[in-house]
Amino acid sequence: MRLGRGAATTFPRNLVESDCIVIEGSNMAECHPVAFRWVMQAKLKGAKVIHVDPRFTRTSAMADIHAPIRAGSDIAFLGGLIRYAIEHEKYFREYVVNYTNAATLVREDFKDTEDLKGVFSGLMDYTGDPLNGFVGQYNPETWQYQREADGAAPAPAPAGGSFESLVRANLKPAPVRDPTLQHPRTVFQILKRHFSRYTPAMVERVTGCPKETFLKVAEAVTANSGPDKTTAFCYAVGWTQHTYGPQVISCCALLQLLLGNVGRPGGGVLALRGHATIQGSTDVPTLYHSIHGYMGAPSILKKHETLADYLKAETPATSYWANMPKFMVSYLKSMYGAAATRDNDFGYAWHPRISGDHSHMPMMIAMADGKVKGMFAMGQNPAVGGQNARLQRRALSKLDWLVVKDNFETETAAFWYNSPEVKGGELRTEDIRTEVFFFPSAQVGESDGSFTNTQRLIQWHHKAADPPGDCRSDIWFTYHLGKRLKKLYAPSTLPRDEGVKALTWDYDRDTPPADSRIKDEPDARKILKEINGYDTATGAHLPNFAALKDDGSTTAASWIYCGVFPAPDQNRAASQNPDPPGGVGTHLGWGYSWPANRRIMYNRASARPDGKPWSERKKYVWWDGQKQEWTGYDIPDFPVKKAPSAPARADGIGLDAHSGTDPFIMKADGKGWLFAPAGLIDGPLPTHYEPIESPVQNPLYKQQASPVLKYWKREDNQLAAVGDSRYPHVLTTYRLTEHHLTGVMSRWLPWLAELQPELFVELSPELAEPKGINNLDWVRISTPRGSTRARALVTRRMRPLTINGETVHRR
Amino acid sequence: MAEPMGFFTDTTVCIGCKACEVACKEWNQLPSTNGGANTLSGQSYDNTRQLDGIHWRHVRFIEQFDADRHDGRWLMMSDVCKHCAHASDACNGCRDCIGACPFGVIDINPVSGTAQKCTLCYDRMQVGLTPACAKACPTESIKFGPLEELRRKARGRVAQLHERGHTAAYLYGDDEKILGGLNSFYLLEDKPEVYGLPADPKMPSRNLFPASMFSGLGALMVGLVGLLSFRQRRMDAVAGRDNV
Repeated sequence: MRLGRGAATTFPRNLVESDCIVIEGSNMAECHPVAFRWVMQAKLKGAKVIHVDPRFTRTSAMADIHAPIRAGSDIAFLGGLIRYAIEHEKYFREYVVNYTNAATLVREDFKDTEDLKGVFSGLMDYTGDPLNGFVGQYNPETWQYQREADGAAPAPAPAGGSFESLVRANLKPAPVRDPTLQHPRTVFQILKRHFSRYTPAMVERVTGCPKETFLKVAEAVTANSGPDKTTAFCYAVGWTQHTYGPQVISCCALLQLLLGNVGRPGGGVLALRGHATIQGSTDVPTLYHSIHGYMGAPSILKKHETLADYLKAETPATSYWANMPKFMVSYLKSMYGAAATRDNDFGYAWHPRISGDHSHMPMMIAMADGKVKGMFAMGQNPAVGGQNARLQRRALSKLDWLVVKDNFETETAAFWYNSPEVKGGELRTEDIRTEVFFFPSAQVGESDGSFTNTQRLIQWHHKAADPPGDCRSDIWFTYHLGKRLKKLYAPSTLPRDEGVKALTWDYDRDTPPADSRIKDEPDARKILKEINGYDTATGAHLPNFAALKDDGSTTAASWIYCGVFPAPDQNRAASQNPDPPGGVGTHLGWGYSWPANRRIMYNRASARPDGKPWSERKKYVWWDGQKQEWTGYDIPDFPVKKAPSAPARADGIGLDAHSGTDPFIMKADGKGWLFAPAGLIDGPLPTHYEPIESPVQNPLYKQQASPVLKYWKREDNQLAAVGDSRYPHVLTTYRLTEHHLTGVMSRWLPWLAELQPELFVELSPELAEPKGINNLDWVRISTPRGSTRARALVTRRMRPLTINGETVHRR
Repeated sequence: MAEPMGFFTDTTVCIGCKACEVACKEWNQLPSTNGGANTLSGQSYDNTRQLDGIHWRHVRFIEQFDADRHDGRWLMMSDVCKHCAHASDACNGCRDCIGACPFGVIDINPVSGTAQKCTLCYDRMQVGLTPACAKACPTESIKFGPLEELRRKARGRVAQLHERGHTAAYLYGDDEKILGGLNSFYLLEDKPEVYGLPADPKMPSRNLFPASMFSGLGALMVGLVGLLSFRQRRMDAVAGRDNV
């Protein structure tokens, strides 16, 4: 949200170039041991490694500094670092002035949490569907930039024809800037005031991290950031899985922008994805709120009636996103093929539109209420992994049918006879009407396909052997399900079924495989071609997303992947040409990294405004004055021929509106956003709120928890009140190296199971002894929503923290 | 003759992931503890507990924390057969090795019924592959290669650690002081005993020479006594004859 793309800005291999690596919200050594190799190599070269985490884990054991904090207090810790950088003038001023929106002025009527006791201006009651779960909502109007003049009324969008005039009509006057950063309404001054109360003493009060340790971290991070040095941050689900998850990550991005660590080697914000191709599953998404390539899902809650309405509402006139009509029309052509024409809005009306929050939790709530009839669970095990799993297991029993496709019979597949609710007598198998279908799944080596990993790298995997018995690949299952559904819909004359009938669904192999007994496995390369895009007249593969058109002459299922398969004999996902030893380590010939095979995003920022590297040591992408183009060790994330001196054009759309010194090409103003006027529904700046269940009152603000968090208040989803003496401890769940996620893929393997054979709960001797708990004793862990039994592992790696003057135990 | 090869295990970069244990078991097809129904040991994250006939690699976890947590560290170390330079390489199935190994590395594999231990993935080495554990190690804590090269690297690493203030770092088993040299040696940060290694291991065979001396002496004594008794008998006989 602050940088422009929903993905890691860098790649694990590049951590070798870091002078300091902060791991927070992640247990990287345990959960990403292979990527952690680069952390260890950086350490061998002399980099400082810092782990900020509630527990002393295998990652902490490798770190130079372990800063213990209470779970859920990350924004207070990061906010403390932001304040430290500003107060001690240790931010990277030239970077901040030129590459971020620090100098931009915000509207006069904006009110900060400092003014409104912990909330921002624009807070309202939530008026939408209760199923969406919001406890409040913001109107973000007052968070907007102050602009040069009120813009002239935009020209009306013309009917039909090119979409350019429609995009141009969205052009706004330029924002007002004060490059001296002195104006009280500059983003920089707002930021300074906002974080002024995040002092080291306050960090200690909120997080429990001793002040001295916090200051050691602050000194290391700021000393290792600047023209000659870079610091990287690595995070994972320890940040994302909070009610204010996006704010934690954006707080980190904010800090990294202040320190000038974005777009530069050894810097960045590295999102560590916890599951094979989880990045891929948001790029070509299984998300409900976005369609392929991070375009917003058409919604009945917005003015999205026609394609022109949608494009007008969703397309910013400036930034690379001004090309969205090309991406969207190409997407619709991919969906509906020849049936999509200019006259029928390229089939836009057939496309499903969302009506609210259709994510996991509201879906399970609706299921518990009997409103959802069927479910497919593929690669997911909510009976174990879901929050409030008891509610989720009970919800499954309300289904008419459940399809589980997995390698093993999961707890989700077995809920009807094996769940704690059935065993405890709460549910009876004979009363559960859900019909459960279990489909055995092929393993990765048993089908062709691709993975997109944590660094946006698309890598092909080749089939090595046929799966046994009835096991089939996910694409086989999905493809044949689609074919059968299309057959069922074929006779329908209902207008609502037109979309299914028109859907492109043609991935049969041209010739059945001779070396396989499964003759009807779909052709994964045809699917990759569909994702990459092609010319609709000739069928020729498209070379890159610059070739996309908004007139229906091109397709691309996911525009960001365009270029991965530029010719029938060039599957770049399968490319395996590493750099020779001693190279710069970008390995551009290995796999294909979206967008356009760029490895570090926003890498224009690795050069000074004039195009020269910030320092010889941190040289990465720079302007070659002779050739008059950007060059370097990576693919420039910038128009290659746009000179550093190129001015922004006031009347320009797309990247013409950006100057040669605007590295954040996906943002409307080309700047990294220290302050987010749009895109974050829970506030333009990160603010420490307590987790929804917390043992303490918020020491920072009167506002206890996020005013716009999502909570489904119901009998079977109770919360512990603040300071409830029945629930005094902070409980953190986590993964171990030895097991993968809910254990579906590891608990069945004896070689892995013997390494961590039983469920355990780690607790400090200070918590265990007064309760008479000995090592290996059985203990019961309870929340207001459920309870479980586990063996006690009493260890000094756990320790009580002092929060706001009180001792808080963690486990 | 080919260069002697071995392991150097730098415990300071071991992240305790146990990939070495699993890779070893997978390559060598070793069974899991108790047929897969293991129990929690309660000893940090170590649940496989020891080196034996079915665990040829074993990661130790040593927690060292003050009561006030001011000082704390969690040491991890992937242990393996030390591949003593002067070990016998012939096996006739007598199982005497189990008691004889000074490091307690060898034990019975309950599936095969024979005494087993790390072979350095002999079959992989035959075709130029690195042993499975070293190949799987994500941080190169386990290094495999020609011993001379490993020793040079290891000494460089110790010097680097000393330079950075980690003055406790030292090598265990890189020279002849321990049993004339180990072909699998370690970089440690604490006393050997902390890692379950003997500070001054001895081969049972060290007693062979003194024992053989005793045996010789015993034989001599038996011989002497025998001689004496024969002599006595003869003297008695002579005396008897005289008496006759």
